[in-house]
Amino acid sequence: MKIIVCIKQVPGTNEVKMDPVTNTIIRENIESIINPFDTYAIEEAVRIKENMGAEVIGLSMGIPAAEEILREAISLGIDKGFLLSDRKFAGADTLATSYTLSLGVKKIKDFDLIICGKQASDGDTAQVGPSLAKTLGIAYVTDISKIIEINENNIRCMKITDDGYEEILLTLPALITVVKEINMPRLPSIKRMKIAQDSQVEILTFNDVEADENRLGLKGSPTQVRKTFIPIHNINNEMIEGSEKAEKLASILLGKIRRS
Amino acid sequence: MASINIMKDKCVGCKKCVNACPFNAIEIIDKKAEIKPNCTLCGSCVSSCKFNAINFVKDEVEKKDISHYKGIWIFAEQRYGKLKGVALELVGQGKKLGEELNVNVTAIVLGDNITHLGEELIAYGADEVLLMDAPWLKDFNDHIYGEIMIELIEEYKPEIVLIGATSNGRSLAPHISSTLQTGLTADCTILEIDREQRLLLQTRPAFGGNLMATIVCPDNRPQMATVRPKVFKSLKPNYDREGKIIVLPVRSQIKSFVQKIRHIDNEQGANITDADIIVSVGKGIGNANNIKLAQELSSILGGAIGATRAVVDSGWLPYSQQVGQTGKTVAPNLYIAIGISGAIQHVAGLADIETIVAINSDPEAPIFKVAHYGIVGDCKEILPLLIQELKSKM
Ligand SMILES: Cc1cc2nc3c(=O)[nH]c(=O)nc-3n(C[C@H](O)[C@H](O)[C@H](O)COP(=O)(O)OP(=O)(O)OC[C@H]3O[C@@H](n4cnc5c(N)ncnc54)[C@H](O)[C@@H]3O)c2cc1C
Ligand SMILES: Nc1ncnc2c1ncn2[C@@H]1O[C@H](COP(=O)(O)O)[C@@H](O)[C@H]1O
Repeated sequence: MKIIVCIKQVPGTNEVKMDPVTNTIIRENIESIINPFDTYAIEEAVRIKENMGAEVIGLSMGIPAAEEILREAISLGIDKGFLLSDRKFAGADTLATSYTLSLGVKKIKDFDLIICGKQASDGDTAQVGPSLAKTLGIAYVTDISKIIEINENNIRCMKITDDGYEEILLTLPALITVVKEINMPRLPSIKRMKIAQDSQVEILTFNDVEADENRLGLKGSPTQVRKTFIPIHNINNEMIEGSEKAEKLASILLGKIRRS
Repeated sequence: MASINIMKDKCVGCKKCVNACPFNAIEIIDKKAEIKPNCTLCGSCVSSCKFNAINFVKDEVEKKDISHYKGIWIFAEQRYGKLKGVALELVGQGKKLGEELNVNVTAIVLGDNITHLGEELIAYGADEVLLMDAPWLKDFNDHIYGEIMIELIEEYKPEIVLIGATSNGRSLAPHISSTLQTGLTADCTILEIDREQRLLLQTRPAFGGNLMATIVCPDNRPQMATVRPKVFKSLKPNYDREGKIIVLPVRSQIKSFVQKIRHIDNEQGANITDADIIVSVGKGIGNANNIKLAQELSSILGGAIGATRAVVDSGWLPYSQQVGQTGKTVAPNLYIAIGISGAIQHVAGLADIETIVAINSDPEAPIFKVAHYGIVGDCKEILPLLIQELKSKM
């Protein structure tokens, strides 16, 4: 069995600070990390490998420095990393990202399962997984919280929904996106860290894949960011004090629920 | 190839662009701005430059003729013949947008035994309803619903398609948009119209709600967005409103490689994405047993129970109740945070909440920065008093 895990490099914090004088964003010295949801995707793939034998390949699209997070993924148990990196890929929205990732998948070939995180912490779109599946023409299910059974032909799993859970049977090859509930990611072992140090991440540039240039990067992105701004939360904060706090709060709560 | 370039002769090294860049991709070297390789070409820096020193080179894109796309579509999600709240919110908002563009708003409903939903959607603002009613459409299925939506969009050519950002909606929308090769903006909280260019301005939170981005889809149609539940208020229903209900011929059955075997529904009131009131607990509640206090408060108020990750990781409440960046985003009218520190990853899950109440023993807890009402104190003492007080007054 061959499993591909999609791994995105994201900023380590989402804090956006506002410069009070210039009214602009300050983002300084932010380290990059593996997108938190993708750590569950990695762990799940490695568990399948341990249970039934599989080759697990990490795939990322990003700047050359994203090689580091693929190496980190190797220290967490994946076998090999591929990084799609080229200036021609830059400026991609979710549609162009999915297309570019699909080129990497085609290069890797003969896969049975693709695992993505539910969403990336910088964009929170949760669109790349389903879009990638559609671009490849395979079935997908989002928000998987448990894999019940997997064999050469099918995967049976639990999906978390707004109303509860659903048990789903999917024909392979397929793509799933996973939520945090699915597992508890392990820490890298010393042995794996050594292996990671010595392994090579394969870089795929524009010339290494068979791409339609019109579908890449900014050019292949139907959506454009027109502007960005920091949301202003003008909060009227009232502290409830004194000996009758609970009584005061009770009246406030009653006021709120009677009104709505 | 597209690129962002600094014109060194115009750049004065003022750093405005450095601050405007959400990706930390501009650096000042020798008093001139330099674009680093991690630039994503988002273009945020261009307008920040007062000296016109930033040149955004875009590739010529072949423009398609999109003028024949007209009208606003709402995918009206339903379950067991009952519409999701967000479907009604969207027909209301769609009507407002439609008035600006001078077009109709059309709701699409797929399901089994759903023809009665037509009147309801019209009462809430739809001008037209397209229904497809068949036993094999009973359960939501991304693939089957997606393929039908694609066929309908190709036939009718709406300029805007809005879908509720529910778990089903967020899974369905990218299926449609990537097949149609058009843009999709996730989880929008503000929708406006640029009348001059006839564009939908789609504003959404990014970076866990710390930054808002307004996104447009100028050259492809339809313009697609998923919209967060509860940010728009639905209109007051008017059952005298007139509208057209079209029952579509049922197409031949679509086969799917995704098969639903069974579902397990949460207990009533456990759905935090739909709840109007949420009582949410953090580690400060002390132990699993004390959660009963929060549950009692929640049932008195008619709300649902939420939790921080710390509580879920301790096994005190299931993951389905987790609020935050790696849990769910919630938008109740009232959110009561009990013993919650207010970590940025938790607050990221709180969207446009009218009233946040926080109870925490630490006056410095960050949760007080986002709360409308705060009480400094021990929740184990305050909760029983509060419960007693509410019971006596209700
Ligand atoms: C990548 C990532 C993703 C994350 N995603 C999420 C997420 O989705 N959701 C989430 O919630 N967290 C998330 N976290 C964790 C988050 O950073 C915090 O650790 C977590 O929210 C803290 O939970 P807490 O407030 O319950 O606990 P604590 O931080 O331990 O806070 C407990 C609070 O209770 C107060 N307290 C103590 N005793 C009492 C008392 N008797 N009465 C009243 N108050 C009392 C304390 O003053 C304190 O403020 C994430 C973290 C990371 C790194
Ligand atoms: N640039 C990327 N490289 C690799 N995987 C990605 C990339 N962007 C998104 N993904 C995958 O798609 C998931 C959803 O991302 P998003 O749609 O951006 O929220 C992530 O959890 C990753 O698994």
